[in-house]
Amino acid sequence: MSRGMLQTRIAAARTEGRAALIAYLPVGYPDVDASIEAMTAAVDGGADIVEVGVPYSDPGMDGPTIQEAVDVAVRAGVGMRDVLRAVEAVAAAGAVPVVMSYWNPVERYGVDRFADDLAAAGGAGAITPDLIPDEAGPWLAATDRTGLDRVFLVAPSSTDARLASTTAACRGFVYAASAMGVTGTRAAVGDAAGRLVARTRTVTDLPVCVGLGVSDGDQAAEVAGFADGVIVGSAYVRALLDGGGAAAVRALSADLAAGVRRRVGKPA
Amino acid sequence: MTALHPPAPDVRDLPARPAWPDATGHFGPYGGRFVPEALIAALDELTEAYEAMRVDPGFLEEFARLQRDYTGRPSPLTDVPRFAEHCGGARVLLKREDLNHTGSHKINNVLGQALLTQRIGKTRVIAETGAGQHGVATATAAALMGLSCTVYMGEEDTRRQALNVARMRLLGAEVVPVTTGSRTLKDAINEAFRDWVTNVETTNYVFGTVAGPHPFPAMVRDFQRVIGDEAREQVLERTGRLPDAVLACVGGGSNAIGIFTAFVPDDGVRLVGLEAGGDGVATGRHAASITGGDPGVLHGARSYLLQDANGQTIESHSISAGLDYPGVGPEHSYLHDLGRAEYRPVTDSEAMEAFALLCRTEGIIPAIESAHALAGAVQVGRELAGRVGEGPAVLLVNLSGRGDKDVETASAWFGLGDREQVDPGPGMDTDQQPTEGAVSNDDATAGQDSGDLA
Repeated sequence: MSRGMLQTRIAAARTEGRAALIAYLPVGYPDVDASIEAMTAAVDGGADIVEVGVPYSDPGMDGPTIQEAVDVAVRAGVGMRDVLRAVEAVAAAGAVPVVMSYWNPVERYGVDRFADDLAAAGGAGAITPDLIPDEAGPWLAATDRTGLDRVFLVAPSSTDARLASTTAACRGFVYAASAMGVTGTRAAVGDAAGRLVARTRTVTDLPVCVGLGVSDGDQAAEVAGFADGVIVGSAYVRALLDGGGAAAVRALSADLAAGVRRRVGKPA
Repeated sequence: MTALHPPAPDVRDLPARPAWPDATGHFGPYGGRFVPEALIAALDELTEAYEAMRVDPGFLEEFARLQRDYTGRPSPLTDVPRFAEHCGGARVLLKREDLNHTGSHKINNVLGQALLTQRIGKTRVIAETGAGQHGVATATAAALMGLSCTVYMGEEDTRRQALNVARMRLLGAEVVPVTTGSRTLKDAINEAFRDWVTNVETTNYVFGTVAGPHPFPAMVRDFQRVIGDEAREQVLERTGRLPDAVLACVGGGSNAIGIFTAFVPDDGVRLVGLEAGGDGVATGRHAASITGGDPGVLHGARSYLLQDANGQTIESHSISAGLDYPGVGPEHSYLHDLGRAEYRPVTDSEAMEAFALLCRTEGIIPAIESAHALAGAVQVGRELAGRVGEGPAVLLVNLSGRGDKDVETASAWFGLGDREQVDPGPGMDTDQQPTEGAVSNDDATAGQDSGDLA
């Protein structure tokens, strides 16, 4: 299969000698329009890829920052139609949109219907934090049929065998959840991320992007030293929760985009 | 083996397990593992350790010893003829899990999982709790085995079940009130999973019901099936036959699976799960996941759940904190689809009526959770009353817990001990005879006034 939008964009960043910047923002906080405005601001500031977050009532992998924002969207009844509108807006802004969703909202919408509508909206695919390939039969079939990318997660606790089987099921990139824990900004990135990326590279040629814990340009530069993409979520959401609006999101993107261009410690 | 040491239980004596789940934890289309990858290694470790332990004679002996000498098993089977007068002439037998140490069936599972925690070399346990019974049981087992213990409990539930919060703290556990989402059991489970994914190196998650990712539904069932294994023998011995129906309340569903499992192969025995109907399923304010929900994914498994059109979990409602959960264990979903078990809702009012009835006819104060099963017995007994050519129906009801923790809730419901509120709540004095020889409400001195007369 030819390379999808995600891999192409990450490869383009690599030819510039840098890592890709991947921004997560949930649809519907503070409301749908303002969240879309924040996503396009993230793109203006330098994000290559936007994770378009589907609000969910029980976000078991997310820390308090993301849950606080997502709770607002859930209570407002934000649904997949709003998500698809955000996907279109991100694509129009010039970045690659990839949906980030816990599994039940996708299953409720209908796996095939979701795949068709996401492809039609210009989405690259989806990241599914609580869906492992072992349970993903209908999603593997739907993404094969539509050519969408599917991104599964690997973790420091993953065995070598699971790293191999999970990355084999991935398309687009591999999401390395660098720390054992939930989303949220951390003071230090930690050695676990680098070790996980190195282990992952032994079993796949796909780009490996790192999430969980990056909050500023310096940390982004550190992660860019060993990863193909730097995923930032809670820091963006924090900017919105603090009332900074689209301007704060754009400024954060600019800081992070500068960070991924001064990657630390690794030859290009 | 000398006479001083009873022979170790033999693996060959283990009762037959149902054909489900499969090796990856699926009950037909239900169950499985819908969790972050970070937890898979821990779940695999738990599965492997459990599969080795459950056929290890050393473990079986230790588990049997704890159940006998610590929990007080076997729990008795009690005939309740005065209660049964309200059940259409059926004979009603209660399986007395309320008499277990810590006051409910929850201890059965917790002792097994605590032994497993020791076996895999972890030193800390975490648990979620709704009514507090599983939290108390986990805190108890942790104290017994020298494990540190943190219990997550919805802030709303810490208020409803303040007595159990105090019990857990007395036992040395840390109780963390959860303030996210609906602040009830569902959110306590989310927080416990977050703790686990962060601290999985040192910590085992002692899950309280037959829900969650594989291996919890199968493992908790195996630890709880002692209820039905005992009860089946006891009913046969007492009545010379199998019961017509086995009834149990269903929140997550561990006490129901516990008493159902031994009877699943007995085709003539109806298995009836009573879900929390809250204000009535039609009102939308209930916790009846099978009766009023659809299949989906929540808390690591596919099963029936209460969800809206966007796939968001809907907040459940029940007077019973232990049943106030918008999901249900995957094996129940499977038994429902197979038609092997039937599930029906019992409203708060019906449950409280049955609660009061058991108190006054038998001198047993049940947990409000278990009162849902008692209400089911009243209904099913009356439905079976008309059948021709057979003797009285035999109903086996799992009295899964005792009502000490619910006295405050019941007092508020029935308007007891409140100077301003004198109307009794539904159930207390409407559909039943006054207790023979009792002082009527009009003649009685209110408790709060009695000191003045002394």
